[in-house]
Amino acid sequence: MKKTLPLIIAGLLALLPLIGLSSYWMHILILVIMWSVIGMAWNLLGGYCGQVSFGHAAFFGVGAYTAGILYNKLGISAWWGLPASIFIVTIFALVIGYICLRLKGPFFALGTLAMGVILRVSAENLSGITEGDLGIMIRQRTWIEKTWYFYIILLLAVIAFYLVKKVVESKLGYYFVAIREDQDAAESLGINTTLYKTIALCLSAVITGTAGAFYTNYMGYIDPKIVFALHDISIVTIMVVMVGGVATYWGPFVGAIIMVFLAELIRTIPKLGAAHHTFFGILLIVIIIFLPNGITGDNPKLKKLLRIGKAA
Amino acid sequence: MAMLEVKGVSRFFGGLAALSDVSFSVEKGEILGLIGPNGAGKTTMFNVVNGFYAPSRGEVWFKQKKISGLKPHQVCRTGIARTFQVVKPLQRMSVLDNVIASAFLRVKSRAEAEGIALEAIKFTGLIDDMDMISKGLPLGKRKKLEIARALATQPEMILLDESFAGLNSAELDESIGIIRKIKDRGITIMIIEHHMKVIMAISDRIVVLSYGQKLAEGTPHEIGHNPLVIEAYLGEAESA
Repeated sequence: MKKTLPLIIAGLLALLPLIGLSSYWMHILILVIMWSVIGMAWNLLGGYCGQVSFGHAAFFGVGAYTAGILYNKLGISAWWGLPASIFIVTIFALVIGYICLRLKGPFFALGTLAMGVILRVSAENLSGITEGDLGIMIRQRTWIEKTWYFYIILLLAVIAFYLVKKVVESKLGYYFVAIREDQDAAESLGINTTLYKTIALCLSAVITGTAGAFYTNYMGYIDPKIVFALHDISIVTIMVVMVGGVATYWGPFVGAIIMVFLAELIRTIPKLGAAHHTFFGILLIVIIIFLPNGITGDNPKLKKLLRIGKAA
Repeated sequence: MAMLEVKGVSRFFGGLAALSDVSFSVEKGEILGLIGPNGAGKTTMFNVVNGFYAPSRGEVWFKQKKISGLKPHQVCRTGIARTFQVVKPLQRMSVLDNVIASAFLRVKSRAEAEGIALEAIKFTGLIDDMDMISKGLPLGKRKKLEIARALATQPEMILLDESFAGLNSAELDESIGIIRKIKDRGITIMIIEHHMKVIMAISDRIVVLSYGQKLAEGTPHEIGHNPLVIEAYLGEAESA
């Protein structure tokens, strides 16, 4: 049962487009799954390996721009961005890792945050390559219907899920968690902490980057303020995992559902719509205080809380 | 044959010499006790051997190879494992997972690592607690977990930093038994310990440090009767 659960859920999701959902609902579904992918990626680095990144927009943006530039400059399909981003994002991750992974804890977080900002400003100004603030527009979308986009991101999600699971249950996973729990102890137990942190960063970055490349193809338009955004990408990534459950397999999925629906819900409230970051902030505080392991991680605690609520 | 050779090691922190020109060697298969008053430089010596600190001067050799300058994970791979005075279990992992993480040093598959880990856990008597989350373990068991983790890296030499501090007498006897068993396996041991009775009973030889310098070296009997050592521990008799 436990082993087949991911397949069952993926299968059920795959059936969803057949029931004739509206274009709006398909869009929401695609966003949920895309955010699950980014969340799973962040979780590998931040949740399991304990290296909290505030700059995942860097990898998302590089992936998105890889697809965009291939289309814009080389005139080939932006879908080539998916395989190409694996290569390009790895290079960026190695450079960012070389600089940031020598920092520990909050300093690593700040370092990655700076990297995200540096890349955004660079993308804004290197207009010869990125078209700067004008952004890149994919003039001819592959499909008008959303169904195929949905299946592609679902496939990416299934691959990411099994990749993360495979990694976490292997030697790598044990080493990641050992590094998270105590870097000095890990080091003296023979773990090359620099090497394994770099591996975690690269895996995490690559998964995030492919989601970025997908985004370019799906949305048909990117600009630096969107794909390198601190609030809308980096911070939301962290929230997806924190809300859903840090270092759990299903946490990012649960978190993505909640975050995407919450964002949509708040947007429909008149006048308050623009303040959705405020609501995210409040939600994050509540989660950290009452459910520090997220909804999936604190499942038993959550059930207990709700039961008390009912009795009272 | 000398397993480990410490050759004229000094380590400075700013102007303070935590270790100055200390030399000694550890023979294969023996238990070497490292004693000295608080702040004598014992843990610093472990940190130098283990690779956390590079020596400011001097060299450390292990199995006829220079290891000073290597990183801790490289030193561990050459065959030296250590425990910490302040225990550092991987808190949110179970006892078994803790030991599996270190067993992965020499094997690739999860099954092999689990095999090695289970053996180390049985060896240290933690078998009933192996599913416990390490955070909740009492001190005595956490100290054992430190030893189990070190053993799971399959070392030829093990550095034990105050594995007895804070234990009650029953736990003490048990730990002495574990250390003798480690020695019986042919693993060389260097141990820091404040508990004099224990160190006198289990050590083959003892090195005494005081203010970062080697004060004396010899068998437990010689050390017990060395006036310099007695002075360092109890203060100078005449000046009282």
